[in-house]
Amino acid sequence: MRVQFVASEVGSGLRRNLTMTLAVIITVAVSLGLFGASLLVRAQVSTMKDFWYDKVEVSIFLCGKGSDTPSCSGGPVTDAQRDQIEADLESLKPIVESIYYESKAEAYERFKEQFKNSPIVDNVSQGALPESFRVKLSDPTKYDVVASAFAGRPGIEQVNDQRQILDKFFRLLGGLQLIALLIAISMLIVTVLLIVNTMRVAAFSRRRETSIMRLVGASNFYIQLPFLLEAAFAAGAGAILAIGTLVLTKAVIIDGVLAPSFQFTAFVGWDAVVTIAPLMLITGVLLAGLAAFFTLRKYLRV
Amino acid sequence: MLRLWIAHGACAAARLPYGGLLVILFDRVTKLYASQQRPALDELSLEIEKGEFVFLVGPSGSGKSTFLRLILREEAPTRGSVWVAGKDLGKLSNWKIPALRRQIGTVFQDFRLLPNKTVAENVAFALEVIGKPKSHIKKVVPEVLEVVGLDGKELRRPDELSGGEQQRVAIARAFVNRPMLLIADEPTGNLDPGTSVGIMKLLDRINRLGTTVVMSTHDSAIVDQMRRRVIELEGGHLVRDQSRGVYGYAR
Repeated sequence: MRVQFVASEVGSGLRRNLTMTLAVIITVAVSLGLFGASLLVRAQVSTMKDFWYDKVEVSIFLCGKGSDTPSCSGGPVTDAQRDQIEADLESLKPIVESIYYESKAEAYERFKEQFKNSPIVDNVSQGALPESFRVKLSDPTKYDVVASAFAGRPGIEQVNDQRQILDKFFRLLGGLQLIALLIAISMLIVTVLLIVNTMRVAAFSRRRETSIMRLVGASNFYIQLPFLLEAAFAAGAGAILAIGTLVLTKAVIIDGVLAPSFQFTAFVGWDAVVTIAPLMLITGVLLAGLAAFFTLRKYLRV
Repeated sequence: MLRLWIAHGACAAARLPYGGLLVILFDRVTKLYASQQRPALDELSLEIEKGEFVFLVGPSGSGKSTFLRLILREEAPTRGSVWVAGKDLGKLSNWKIPALRRQIGTVFQDFRLLPNKTVAENVAFALEVIGKPKSHIKKVVPEVLEVVGLDGKELRRPDELSGGEQQRVAIARAFVNRPMLLIADEPTGNLDPGTSVGIMKLLDRINRLGTTVVMSTHDSAIVDQMRRRVIELEGGHLVRDQSRGVYGYAR
């Protein structure tokens, strides 16, 4: 009896407040969608960091004919200087994991390969590209050790950390994630306010019923339960919509479009989606439940 | 359910010559509303015994409504204590208030029925929301509708009924849980004299079934005719408490 009665009350409440219920569902879906998206971007950044930090190197470019930095005032690098640099790099093990020497010819080959469809290749002659040491570090954050040891040394034009270039990109992604998170939080606040208002309208439109319920001695729980369930239902429906969108994003946009076109990097796996989805559901239902609970305490007192 | 009021203490027992079972006890109750200077009730003390039929009379603003609201614990007294069914309402925690109200039936001047429910559904609603089983509801709703004389009109909606019939539905809803106390706030205020007599007969019948009835009213004809206990309030004071009384001397 109880269950059937409460269910029919919830049903009629939702139907009576159809427009408000729809508004709650949509705002919950949008705000939770943004919330989930920002979490997904964060997971993506961390996946990319794992993927790229394994591959980044420190490049030590040696002086060539045209180099004009002060450390290259002695002209192109000499064989003795080159050997000394290599020996010094070897002595930095185990911070330095591996060392690879790239000659001018190899640099040119690699350049041609990278820009094979671009007319820029025709403007670059063999020998214009500097020779370099490619150093892989055991811990990519230890770049400073290498930089302080080699930067400004005669025969070395420049010490480059690929990680710094990557970090700029990750900072950009992190910024986007932060913006998405901020929008998500303000949307969640809007959602809470909307639910509070919806509950207020619902409590007002059913004041006859609730006043009679109070008079005949219905418990607070019994009076408030239909309202709480309505809020939870609307929030749950919104959360499911948002999760559906997240799953579609992963399946269609990431796996279907992005991953095949950008094969040089890794993308978030389904494990991230599986962690984020319940988080969205819990956030949504909890926020709605809390908003409804506090509104009802105020408007449906004994 | 009721307990001897001797237990309340020597003070209350001393003012109780017969030591009978009390349904309502007001002990020097004062009620102040924040917006008003003058108290709605001022040091009011009175007792109502089990099985009594009490008329509450007095001009508007004399404190009748406050008196009824205090019994239902819709308000708390500023000073003094209100006892209903052997319980000090001042010491009743919030979650026990519904249990108190289940022992009290309430009827209003404006009926307060749900327009989208039938007669039977309106009465059943009072049982559904306190979690009574369906089998129980199916049994007692027709019974109580027969008591109030509405058998055969179970499937009508309130707007298809006369005022008197609507008030009978409200009484059925108040009585379906067999409360020990029925509070009626001007139940005949919206009804013509002939219909009012029918409603009074019904309340009298319910009273004879063992339910204490407290009824506020402005209807002098009814009070004079019924000759029951009359409590008159004026400006928050008890100005008259008379068994087998009339509406007023100089009115």
